[in-house]
Amino acid sequence: QLYYQVLNFAMIVSSALMIWKGLIVVTGSESPIVVVLSGSMEPAFHRGDLLFLTNFHDDPIRAGEIVVFKVEGRDIPIVHRVIKVHEKGNGNIKFLTKGDNNEVDDRGLYKEGQNWLEKKDVVGRARGFLPYVGMVTIIMNDYPKFKYALLAVMGAYVLLKRES
Amino acid sequence: LRKNVEDFTGPRERSDLGFVTFDITADILNEKNGLQTFWNKNTLMLFFIFDWNVKQLFLYLSAEYSTKNNALNQVVLWDKIMLRGDNPRLSLKDMKSKYFFFDDGNGLKGNRNITLTLSWNVVPNAGILPLVTGSGHVSVPFPDTYETTKSY
Repeated sequence: QLYYQVLNFAMIVSSALMIWKGLIVVTGSESPIVVVLSGSMEPAFHRGDLLFLTNFHDDPIRAGEIVVFKVEGRDIPIVHRVIKVHEKGNGNIKFLTKGDNNEVDDRGLYKEGQNWLEKKDVVGRARGFLPYVGMVTIIMNDYPKFKYALLAVMGAYVLLKRES
Repeated sequence: LRKNVEDFTGPRERSDLGFVTFDITADILNEKNGLQTFWNKNTLMLFFIFDWNVKQLFLYLSAEYSTKNNALNQVVLWDKIMLRGDNPRLSLKDMKSKYFFFDDGNGLKGNRNITLTLSWNVVPNAGILPLVTGSGHVSVPFPDTYETTKSY
């Protein structure tokens, strides 16, 4: 019986992993679902909203699009809007972003001496969104005790569940 | 989309800086009959839908043009957030661009073909985020000479 439960648990975990990896492949983005962390895109997006991204290689970057990018050397994804695009004939693109709720553009957020973003900095383009759903991730980040409690509860539930 | 009124270029830090003033007239009605645009004596009238799943519209005016340096350039000159429930009539006259119209290089001087288009991002309460470009645009030619410093 225990063997069966462990197998069940392993199947749940591996299916979740498969779905996530599948999403990464289908959308072309390394992180197809992100949580909005700041209020810099209000009133469109608030902290805790969930965004669905795609990052198809042939999709051009155009002014007005909402992109999620990472500054070189930093791990935090930033969700802002593209306000300037300069593209060369060979496909080389450089662009500037700004949060809707910010007074100034993002140059202050970029790396020292960096004035533009490039395609390689982009995690994806926002295509859809769900409000509030990402709050769980933020709570788990801010209150790690909550994360452990949640894991403990989930573990206990799986182990104690009996087949009738 | 009302035609621009004045434009001139001024050089700064080796890049062309353009100034454009413009008028925008748009009518946003609370009607559920789809998106309609039509011309009315050089004025583009826009009818948006604000249905139950439209939280806000993010409108922006962008200038698109080609230069020797770059095959495609797009610069957002002005934007506005319009929430569901806001006054649906939009009438802005003689607006200065909100953001600096810097070119990456000196491509604005003598550039005859700068296209201004009004686009908008529909932000739903939940769901897909479409980006729509209004049909119709205005072409703005920039003069061949620089203006010496004029107060902006």
